[in-house]
Amino acid sequence: MQNHFPLWKNLLVLIIFAVGIIYALPNLYGDDPSVQVSSTHPTKLVQEQANQIETVIKTAGFNIKAFEFKDGHILARFNSADDQLKVADLLRDKMSDDYNIALNLAPTTPAWLRSLGADAMYLGLDLRGGVHFLLEVDMDAAVKQAEDRYNDDVRLALRNEKLRYQSVSKDDGFIKVKLNSADDKPALLKVLGKDFRALEVTEPKEQDQVWLKLSEKEVRDIKKFAVAQNMTTLRNRVNELGVAEPVIQQQGENRIMVQLPGVQDTNRAKEILGTTATLEYRLVDVEHDVQKAVEGHVPVGSRLYTERNGNPILLDRRVIVTGDQIVDSSSGVDQDGRPSVNISLNGVGAAKMGKLTQANIGKPMAVVFIEYKVETKLVNGQKVRHKQKVEKVINVATIQGVFSHRFQTTGLDSPQEARNLSLLLRAGALAAPVDIVEERTVGPSLGQDNIDKGMLSFMVGFALVVLFMAVYYRLFGMIANFALAFNVVIVVAILSMLQATLTLPGIAGIILTVGMSVDANVLIFERIKEELKNGNTPQSAIFIGYEKAFATILDSHFTNLVVAVVLFAYGTGSVKGFAVTLIIGILSSMFTAITGTRMVINWIYGNRRVEKLSI
Amino acid sequence: MFKKDINFIGNRNIALMFSAVLTIFSIVAIAVHGFQMGIDFTGGTLIEVGYQKPADLTVLRNTLDAEGFSDATVQNFGTTKDVLIRLKPQEGVSSVELSSKVLEAINKNAAEPASVRRVEFVGPQVGDDLAEDGFLALLYSTICILIYIAWRFEWKFSVGAIIATLHDVIVTLGLFSILGLEFDLTVLAAVLALIGYSLNDTIVVYDRIRENFRALRNKSTEEIMNISVNVTLSRTIMTSLTVLLVLVSLFFLGGEVIHNFAIVLLFGVFFGTYSSIFIASPVALLLGLSPEDLMIPVKEGAELDNRP
Repeated sequence: MQNHFPLWKNLLVLIIFAVGIIYALPNLYGDDPSVQVSSTHPTKLVQEQANQIETVIKTAGFNIKAFEFKDGHILARFNSADDQLKVADLLRDKMSDDYNIALNLAPTTPAWLRSLGADAMYLGLDLRGGVHFLLEVDMDAAVKQAEDRYNDDVRLALRNEKLRYQSVSKDDGFIKVKLNSADDKPALLKVLGKDFRALEVTEPKEQDQVWLKLSEKEVRDIKKFAVAQNMTTLRNRVNELGVAEPVIQQQGENRIMVQLPGVQDTNRAKEILGTTATLEYRLVDVEHDVQKAVEGHVPVGSRLYTERNGNPILLDRRVIVTGDQIVDSSSGVDQDGRPSVNISLNGVGAAKMGKLTQANIGKPMAVVFIEYKVETKLVNGQKVRHKQKVEKVINVATIQGVFSHRFQTTGLDSPQEARNLSLLLRAGALAAPVDIVEERTVGPSLGQDNIDKGMLSFMVGFALVVLFMAVYYRLFGMIANFALAFNVVIVVAILSMLQATLTLPGIAGIILTVGMSVDANVLIFERIKEELKNGNTPQSAIFIGYEKAFATILDSHFTNLVVAVVLFAYGTGSVKGFAVTLIIGILSSMFTAITGTRMVINWIYGNRRVEKLSI
Repeated sequence: MFKKDINFIGNRNIALMFSAVLTIFSIVAIAVHGFQMGIDFTGGTLIEVGYQKPADLTVLRNTLDAEGFSDATVQNFGTTKDVLIRLKPQEGVSSVELSSKVLEAINKNAAEPASVRRVEFVGPQVGDDLAEDGFLALLYSTICILIYIAWRFEWKFSVGAIIATLHDVIVTLGLFSILGLEFDLTVLAAVLALIGYSLNDTIVVYDRIRENFRALRNKSTEEIMNISVNVTLSRTIMTSLTVLLVLVSLFFLGGEVIHNFAIVLLFGVFFGTYSSIFIASPVALLLGLSPEDLMIPVKEGAELDNRP
C-alpha cells in the first residue's frame, strides 16, 4: 500500500480541480462592447426613460444585441465596438446632461456562473486601453490655505472679543498678532486657549505681540484631510465623466492614482480632474467710479475685476454665495438659446441669496468665474509650480425679483463650457491643487494587440513544453502535462477570484510559470530514475523519489517566492501584476506538481505489481 | 542522456577565471556604456503612434524639428508602421500638455492622421521614486535570501549562492548594456525574476550537496560536490530547457513591450544554469565549506556503528 492516496486526498484534489475550472470558466466568455447610461443626479432612471433611450438608438438604425435595465442603470450591448462608439456619441448628442453615458465592456458570463460569484479576470489598462494618472496633491498650498483661514478667524475672534489690535498678519511662517496694548494680552491668550487649540503660541520679547503657528499635529491633519477631500472630489468628477469601473486610490502620502478604463479623450479627462473652478456671486459697486479705480484708487469696500469683453468693473468685496454652497447644477439653455447653468443652493446659501435679492431689487449682480490653473515647468532642472488664479466676470444681470434656492446663470462661451462648469460645481472643489505627475494612456487597438500577442505566446510556449515533456518523460511526462494544465487553470481561477489586475507583464508571469512549474516534476522524475538505477523496485522508487524531492522543491521554490514577494512589495502598476501571477503560480505549482501528479501516478501504478515505469 | 562523471569541481579554476573575466568585463561595459534608461526612471514623455502605411521617419523628424521639438527622438517600434517618439523633460513647457502638442504637430501636415497607441508621461520626481524602489527591491531581496539560505543551510552556501546570482545579474546586465537596449520597469521585473530563478537552480544543487555530506561520509568535500553537481545535472538542464522554450516563445511572439523582458531572462537563464553548475559550488568550497559545517549533531554511540 505504498502508493495509495486515502479517499479524502483524492477527493480534495478533485474538488480543488472542479472549483478551479468553475472559477476559471468566465474567462472563456468574451465581452460585449456596451454603453452604460445612468443618471447624473442622485435619482435613479425609470422605465420610461429607458424606453425612450431604446427608441432613440433603434430609430438611428443601430442593432442592439441586448438591452438591460436594472437598478436604475441601462446597459445596451452591441455587436461591434464601432456601433458602441457611434451610439455613445449619438446619446451624448441627443440626451441632456442629466444622463451619464459611459463606454463599458460588459462580460457575457452566463447567469449561473455569476450567481456563484465567478467573474472574469480584471484586465489592466495595458490590456483594455484607458488612462492612468498619478496626481500629486500640493500639500504646501493646503497648509497655506489653512494658515490664511486661521489668520482671518483670529482677526474675527479679536473683533468679537472687542480686543483692539494693530495688525494680524502672516510673516515668517507665523501668524503675528500685534495688540494695541500689552494689557490685553492675557485676554487674548484666554481666547486662543479656548478656540484655537490647534495653534502653538509663542510669546516674543515684544510685550504687545503674540506669534501663532500651526501645530505639527494640525499640519498632519490638514494634509490628511486634503488628500481625503481631494479623493472624494475626484471620485465625484470621475463619476461625472462617465467611466465604468474607475479606480481611485491613495498612493504614498500625497499622491492619488486615478485609472479610467476605456477613456480615450485624455485632454478632457485632464481638464476635468485637474481644474479647480468655482463661481462666486457679488453685488456690483455702482456708487464709485470705475475709471478712478483703474487709475489706482480702488474704494475700500470694493475690488476691481475684468469682464469678458475686457471692460473693468467694480464689485463689492463681500461675497454673497460661493461654490461650496451649491448643491446641484445642470447645464442647459436659457429662453434666448444661450448656454446656461441652472444652480441649486443649500439652505444657508439660499437664505443669504433671498435676503440680499430682496434688499437689492433693481441693482446689478455679477457672477465671477474662478479657476486655478496649475502648470509645472522645469526651470534649470528644478520643478517650479506655477499657479494662476484666473478670475473673470462672466455675467452681470439686474436683479429682477427675489430668488433663493434655484436660479440660472448665463454668460458662458459655449455649451461645452456650461457643461464642464456644471459638472465641476456638482462634483465640488478640490481642497488643494493637484498636479499630474504621471500619465499612461493605452489606445484600444494596442490593448487588444497585447492580449492577442500574450495569448499566442502563451499557447505556443505551453505547447512546446507539453511536447518536450511528453517526449522526454513519456507517460510520466503526460502526467506532468496534466498537472501543468491544472496549474494554469488554478492560477487563472485564483486571479479571477481575487479580481487581481491582469497586465501584460502578468501574462508574461503566467507564461514563465508554465516553464518553471514543471521544475518540480523534473526534480521528482529525475529522482525516481535515480532510485531505479540504484536498484529500487518501481513502487519504492516512486515513493522515495517523491519523498526526497519534496524537501528540495520546498527550499528552491521558497527562495523564488521570497523574490516574488519583494517584487510585489516594491513594484508598481504592471510590474505588481507580474509579481502577483508569479506568486500564485509558484504556490499552485507546488500543489499541482506534487499532489496532483502523485494522485494520477497512484491511480496508474498504485496497488499492483509493476515491472517497469514509463519514464 | 547526460554523462554523469564530469570533473566540474576539479576544473573549477578554469570556470572561476572565466567568470571573473566575464564579470569584470561586464562591470567595465556597464561603467563605460551605462544603460539606456527608459522614461520610467528618467522622466519624460513617450508617444507611440500607428499608421496604415509605413511611416517616413525623416519627414516626422523634420516636422517635429520645425515645430520646436528638436530633442525628440523618433524611431520605429516593432514594425515600420509603428513609430515611437520620445521627449526629454522640457524646460519651460508644461509637461502635461506636451503630448497633445506633439500630436497636433505631427498631424498638422500629414496625409494620414496618426492613431495614438499609447502615451506615457512620467514626472521627474516619479522617475526618481521608481528608480529608488527598484534599487530597494534588489537590495531587500538579496538580504532576505542571504538570511534564508544561511538559516536553512549555512553561511558559506549563502555567500556562494549570492555570488553566483550576482554574477548572473551583472553579466546579463553587461550584455544588456552593450546591446544598448532600453532599461525600464519591465526589465527591472525581469532582473528580479532572474534572481529568483538563478537561486532556485543553485539551491537544488546545494540541497543535494547537503544530503550527500550526510550520506557519503568517507568521501572528500570535493568529491561529494562533484557527485552532487553531476547527479543534478540532467535536472538542471531539463528545467532550463523548458524555461528557455517559453522564453523563446515570449521573445518571438510576445510583442515589443515584452521583448527586452524576454531578452534579460533568456540571457539570465543561460548564465543562471551555467553558474549553478560551475560557480556556486566552487565558491562555497573556496570559502572553506566542509561536511562538518552541516553535520546533524550525532547521537552518542551512533558513530561506532559505522566503523568497520
